[in-house]
Amino acid sequence: MLKQRKALSVPYYLWIALFVIAPVFLLLYQSFQNIDGSFSLANIQTYFTSTVYLTMTLQSFLYAFVITVVALLISYPAAYFLTRAKNKQLWLLVLILPTWINILLKTYAFIGILSQTGAVNQFFEFIGLGTQPLLFTRLGFIIVATYIEIPFMLLPIFNAIDEIDDSMVFASRDLGANEWDTFRSVIFPMSMSGVRSGVQAVFIPSLSLFMLTRLIAGNRVVTLGTAIEQHFLVTQNWGMGSTMGIVLIIIMFVVMFLTGKRRKGGQRG
Amino acid sequence: MKKLTFISLLVIAFTGIIYFASQMIERAQGTSGSDVFHLYNWGDYIDPDLLTQFEEETGYRVVYETFDSNEAMYTKVDQGGTSYDLTIPSEYMIERMIDEDLLVPLDHSRIEGLNHINDDFLDLSFDPGNQYSIPYFWGTLGIAYNEDLISNLELSSWESLFDPALENSILMIDGAREVIGIGLQSNGYSLNSKNEKELEEAANTLVDLAPNIKALVADEIKMYMIQEEAAVAVTYSGEAADMMWENESIVYVLPAEGSNLWFDNMVIPRTVQNEDAAYAFINFMLDPEVAAQNADYVGYSTPNESAMSYLPEETIEDEQFYPSQEMINQLEVYEDLGPEYTGIYNEMFLEFKMIK
Repeated sequence: MLKQRKALSVPYYLWIALFVIAPVFLLLYQSFQNIDGSFSLANIQTYFTSTVYLTMTLQSFLYAFVITVVALLISYPAAYFLTRAKNKQLWLLVLILPTWINILLKTYAFIGILSQTGAVNQFFEFIGLGTQPLLFTRLGFIIVATYIEIPFMLLPIFNAIDEIDDSMVFASRDLGANEWDTFRSVIFPMSMSGVRSGVQAVFIPSLSLFMLTRLIAGNRVVTLGTAIEQHFLVTQNWGMGSTMGIVLIIIMFVVMFLTGKRRKGGQRG
Repeated sequence: MKKLTFISLLVIAFTGIIYFASQMIERAQGTSGSDVFHLYNWGDYIDPDLLTQFEEETGYRVVYETFDSNEAMYTKVDQGGTSYDLTIPSEYMIERMIDEDLLVPLDHSRIEGLNHINDDFLDLSFDPGNQYSIPYFWGTLGIAYNEDLISNLELSSWESLFDPALENSILMIDGAREVIGIGLQSNGYSLNSKNEKELEEAANTLVDLAPNIKALVADEIKMYMIQEEAAVAVTYSGEAADMMWENESIVYVLPAEGSNLWFDNMVIPRTVQNEDAAYAFINFMLDPEVAAQNADYVGYSTPNESAMSYLPEETIEDEQFYPSQEMINQLEVYEDLGPEYTGIYNEMFLEFKMIK
């Protein structure tokens, strides 16, 4: 039985080795090659001495942070009220539905909505605000990016809150806590696992949203994704592109570490 | 367990049926097999009716794939795993592909109709004797603007784009060489400069242009200009021709400082599978009537002299699209910069994009 189980696990190990570990090592290997294909540390040096790349990293970080925070601020209350709604599965389906539509189609729809003659500006005109530039602005970029990321934030938080045993809430009430106290010291701490996975699922992809930066922000927002695409497609400097890929992976680990579960040493049950 | 086996078998059977069906469809459409012709071209760069006509005349099935930059095309051909029979790069990329042995030399005995091409477009420095390439279209980079939206300004030079009145209103083509080129030409330098000082000066000039840029995009420029989302665009002549067709307030000018002159030529890349079809296509496109129809549809300038007689007079007399020799002398053709300077230009371009 044990042998059989071992044999069954082989494909999974092979999969991980071939499609997870090997690509990361290839990326690492590439990142130590200069444009002529010989070994060098030049890429890393260029990256950490170039103000262009450093500001770009900082900016990507900042945008990803804003997108994550806004998505969280919208998703958490939404998820909370969803768990208390009638027909919650139906409402959840409605909120998740947009993820079934291709991201490119959604982006193009937003071009229409945000343009000078689009629906939003027609509304602004109607209420007397006048036409506001939205397309090709940072605000427009954050709106669209947040919209696209919200389902990935909402779903884990919803699941986490939904899993909380009702008896916990009843117990809290019995012990004299009001609605707000119950939320603050029972529901919120118990839903943190959902918040963590939500933040991880949103922050990392937001660092390298390169299609939106072009279509919605008209390249006025530059993220690491833009630079990676350029190095692989235009300058053919795969080494530099890989170096930035490695930087992204490292940032990912840092985010995982910061949002990961920490053991609370020295605390008694 | 029985249920699991049943479900697994069902999934496998279902996958098999889908695979079989897709194979049938592919065979029916002829996207694989010996009579297929893989054309790798820029987006919106041929009259689709001509593809149908080509299929009817020759019996080949055309599989049409598109790219949006020379570099993207180069990467796909260079990396292999593709089976493109013909592609249409620009001159500097042809030069590079010849150097790197990515093109198949042409057998001129199999080409008919080269005599229709104007001598000015043959035997150019990037491909002496046209050993590898046959002219398809040519054009310029220039300024397209909507006269109704900027009524009090005369845009006739790169210099005029720096006017503060144009704040946040220019759509710029998303290309490193085009944008850095504006910086270089505004200072009177060559588009192919490899001089650090000249490049630095160009970068400094471009800092002043940044506030006027609304967005750096590519094919979408056409749509935005037609919808009057923006007033000014730096774009290619053929794109401008399309805009002018849809929106009569738009005009196209070649900047006084000079601009970029480019040639897109048909080449057979090393990935070729169906050489006969590639030659058939070259000969088809050299036909004057076909070339004229294509030029009328796409909007770029045709190098096919015999085709001119089939084009409307207003088209061939328009100096912005068929400039005089005097104007052409002011224009400059891109040369391949080599990997080092391609990198430097692109780094500068990234820096430009990041100016707020």
